Amino acid sequence: MGMKKLFKYMKEYRKEAFLGPLFKLLEASFEMFVPLVVAAVIDNGIPAGDKGYVLKMCGMLVLLASVGLTCTLFAQYFAAKASVGFVTKIRHALFCHIQSLSHTELDRTGISTLITRITGDVNQVQTGMNLTLRLLLRSPFVVFGAMIMAFTVDVKAALIFEAVIPVLAAVVFFIMLVSIPLYRKVQANLDRVLGITRENMTGSRVIRAFCKEDEEIAEFDRRNGELAASQRFVGRISALMNPLTYGIINVAVIALMWTGALRVNAGTLTQGEVVALYNYMSQILVELIKLANLIINITKSIACGNRIQQVLEIEPSVEGGGVTEGKPGTAAVEFKNVSLRYKGAAENSLENISFTAAHGETVGIIGGTGSGKSSLVNLIPRFYDTYSGEVLVDGVNVRDYDVEALRGKIAVVPQKAVLFRGTVRENLLWGKEDATEDELWAAVEASQSADIVKGKPGGLDSMIEQGGKNLSGGQRQRLTIARALVKNAEILIMDDSASALDFATDARLRAAIKSLKNKPCTFIVSQRASSVMHADKIIVLEDGAAVGIGTHEELLKGCSVYAEIYATQFRQEEENG
Amino acid sequence: MAKKNTLIRVLKYVKKYRILMTASVILAAVTVALTLYVPVLVGRVIDCIVTAGQVNFGAIKPILAEIGIVTAVTVVLQWVMNNVNNYVTFNVVRDVRADAFRKLEVLPLSFIDSHRPGEIVSRIIADADQFSEGLLMGFAQLFTGVVTILGTLFFMFRLNVGITAAVVVLTPVSLFVAKFIAGRTYSMFKKQSEIRGEQTALIDEMIGNQKIVKALSYEEKATERFDEINERLEKYSLRAIFFSSLTNPTTRFVNALVYACVALFGAFSVIGGGITVGGLSCFLSYANQYTKPFNEISGVVTELQNALACAARIFELIDEPPQSEDADGQLGRADGRVELDGVSFSYTPERKLIENLSISVKPGQKVAIVGPTGCGKTTLINLLMRFYDVTGGEIRVDGKDIRSVTRRSLRKNYGMVLQETWLKTGTVRENIVMGKPNATDEEVIEAAKAAHSHGFIKRLPDGYDTVISDNDGLLSQGEKQLLCITRVMLCLPPMLILDEATSSIDTRTEMKIQDAFSRLMKGRTGFIVAHRLSTILDADLILVMKDGNIIEQGTHSSLMAENGFYTALYNSQFKS
Repeated sequence: MGMKKLFKYMKEYRKEAFLGPLFKLLEASFEMFVPLVVAAVIDNGIPAGDKGYVLKMCGMLVLLASVGLTCTLFAQYFAAKASVGFVTKIRHALFCHIQSLSHTELDRTGISTLITRITGDVNQVQTGMNLTLRLLLRSPFVVFGAMIMAFTVDVKAALIFEAVIPVLAAVVFFIMLVSIPLYRKVQANLDRVLGITRENMTGSRVIRAFCKEDEEIAEFDRRNGELAASQRFVGRISALMNPLTYGIINVAVIALMWTGALRVNAGTLTQGEVVALYNYMSQILVELIKLANLIINITKSIACGNRIQQVLEIEPSVEGGGVTEGKPGTAAVEFKNVSLRYKGAAENSLENISFTAAHGETVGIIGGTGSGKSSLVNLIPRFYDTYSGEVLVDGVNVRDYDVEALRGKIAVVPQKAVLFRGTVRENLLWGKEDATEDELWAAVEASQSADIVKGKPGGLDSMIEQGGKNLSGGQRQRLTIARALVKNAEILIMDDSASALDFATDARLRAAIKSLKNKPCTFIVSQRASSVMHADKIIVLEDGAAVGIGTHEELLKGCSVYAEIYATQFRQEEENG
Repeated sequence: MAKKNTLIRVLKYVKKYRILMTASVILAAVTVALTLYVPVLVGRVIDCIVTAGQVNFGAIKPILAEIGIVTAVTVVLQWVMNNVNNYVTFNVVRDVRADAFRKLEVLPLSFIDSHRPGEIVSRIIADADQFSEGLLMGFAQLFTGVVTILGTLFFMFRLNVGITAAVVVLTPVSLFVAKFIAGRTYSMFKKQSEIRGEQTALIDEMIGNQKIVKALSYEEKATERFDEINERLEKYSLRAIFFSSLTNPTTRFVNALVYACVALFGAFSVIGGGITVGGLSCFLSYANQYTKPFNEISGVVTELQNALACAARIFELIDEPPQSEDADGQLGRADGRVELDGVSFSYTPERKLIENLSISVKPGQKVAIVGPTGCGKTTLINLLMRFYDVTGGEIRVDGKDIRSVTRRSLRKNYGMVLQETWLKTGTVRENIVMGKPNATDEEVIEAAKAAHSHGFIKRLPDGYDTVISDNDGLLSQGEKQLLCITRVMLCLPPMLILDEATSSIDTRTEMKIQDAFSRLMKGRTGFIVAHRLSTILDADLILVMKDGNIIEQGTHSSLMAENGFYTALYNSQFKS
């Protein structure tokens, strides 16, 4: 099973993982003596009327309890320490591992899955591990211990124990075997209710626009009803657990009493011993119920552990080389017959692309949705690996670079304008940790976000909420551009990152970037002809192929796709002359 | 006071099941009594088993038979009781959820816009669960617990007053110890959940935006921040878990003390002739049973409080004021005349947005709304669709104030494609026929062809029967938008609202869509919010918005002639 591999994170806590259960067993053993002590009181103390003996025996009971308590305290501490330490290590390993995954693996696994793995699943493993260390050995120990103790009291009577324990175990496991898959079904039904509820929050406008409220309510009622029905069904089965085990134990008690009566009458058993046997039987009942709950919990934890292990087993596909410096006198970026095929895809997303971009040049990339624009720029920082051909940055194949060194040369403004919780300043410093106040303001000015920052009471120190919720889409985009500019990198990639800006702001932004002091090689991905038409070089993509590379004027003449894009966006302009 | 109100509300939901609830209470009382009666019977048997040759088999037989009957009855009653409790619990939560969901459908959009979906979903799902399980199961446990304690006391007093008194005196010790530990543990747990919250927030941000973290080479820094929190979490988790796991052993220890006392006093009493050995055995099993409910009750009480808080949260949602009542008027199929007469609107009183806006749109006209981001373009859509009500003036369709007709009849007249596409989980077909559930396959395909979505739908694994959802990777943003357009294409309402609908569809497809749209829009009134100037050049009326106000209006040529804000906006796209 996959989960096994997780146990290496337990290594440091081997001692605790051993001592925890051990102390627990000690405690249970002391508990096992209690019925015997009581039997002694009944058989020796009472008939003799020996109050001193009774007192001594009751003192013994208190002593057993005290020693038991001490043992448990140790057990609980060791179990807590081992389980908490164990998952702390797992959590760290998971987080580091996720950081090492490349875009390919992230795409395949899904971000939300990763988040539930590292939060919910890890917590469940902690609970499961803690319970396992504390109780997994204890309950069977008590059950079998009680049986063994019964044997020491009387073999014939103990046979009843031997018969009843398997029956109890069968009942408990049968109920669990039947109900665990049913609980999974309940969970699936609950997910469906959750799904429709969420949809009705996120899609409220569309639902109301199409007047679908009544249909949605009907659908909700149907799913909600199914959920309740499945809950009642599984409830009916799990409701059997307590009554059945209780019934079986009582039947055993009846048998025990009858056998006890016969044996006492024959003189092989004493009255006190019958009481002791009766007490052992009661102990079994209590432990079995605990064990059933424990097994449900552990099953859940194992499932979670397996899911965590699956994530840890994903091999990161991007592994860096050792080169940290480029070759002087070469182009900033060069693509040589590059093709890209995403993992699991049947066709190439980019087909045989070749071009060079010199230092200081601006390259525009234009094309329709799904034409491969983002795929192309994602190859430069090696977010994905090429399928064939090579990508060179400063004359060196990106695969040969140390990943960190390569990405240090490149500033990316992603398509999705995401800011992080913290101050504006903290966000900008993501680009460059030691940037000066002047550098920050220069980036803010160039990205046309000065009015945003100045408009906030705290300036650079005003707070941005998680996801940048307190900013508009356009404001977020401009600040993400500022964040990239702070980095002052050799290569600047703007992946459709001005889409929410109006034309005037977009134009000012491009002018500002053009006049940046460090003259980065700039890639501008856009669907707007106006954003790329002034670039030194425009790459026109269609279905992953470069159907045209050249300047605006060249492409207008020589590239029908570009001419068409331009015409649709500037139709009237030409008519107006 | 608030708690009391919540309790009353809960009782209202339970009222429907009052017969079952009464049955449950009676069943609980009976099963507890029967369960407590068994040790008495066992005690009597033990008294008949004195020593060799002194066993009264004649007396034992009927008692054992009685134990058998009592057990059988208990088993059946307990199972019935469990089922009754389940039935009531699951049905009450179903009822509460149904009410909450119904409220969701009539809440004003302003409520939905100002709450995160996760928060509301967690009220309807998690809180409802907590509430039902905590409150009803908790109640059942509490009730059984109390009955067990009272029953045990009753049986014990009947056996021997002295020993019982000793037990009663010792009991509070157990409660006191549990309370003491719970108090200490609470603060640790609070600290733990604080740090855990901090960590989850970081995970949400960093892993949620993992690609951006990578793009900015922030991995190491992120790990550093994570580890720092992780270490703190380890420290406090250890304390919280350790201290909380002390409760059971210590209360068990107190129980063991009680048990020892019972054994002591019981044995003395047997020696003194106060009770029999069977009585002692009975006492001892009571001593075990009697203290258990106390431990459970202290757990149940916190659970109940928690459940009550959850109930309060979900009732708060159910009690939210719904959108204003619909008027009686009906709007038939409109001809598409829309007038805004002195309309004012703001989301919050402090920040005025639209003031005194008047426009008049004739049937079949195309109105384009342009302006910089955040200027209030989407606000206008909110008002036209009556997602929000105007705060001043009125909007008329076909001369009728839209507040004088039902929302449903108004919205039926609009076809809407929003910037943020939304698809329902279901098949492609189900998504397309939203506006016209009885559409034939031919109609669906025809609409899909007209919206240029037929091509990619055909290529999906199951064609029109492919199950899609809002955020799976099956469809690109552009394709989603095409589906939303298909939806409108199928039902052809007399008025259209297009909110930047074409912004993420590639230029060439867009061109075809524009074609389809202009055909679609023939004879229909259309409102278009757009970035693309090509879409609005032939509009009959262009509204130029800035900071919530319409600052210019006219046609493209008249606005260009004005040489104002629009001209600047228009020219900016050609500047480098």
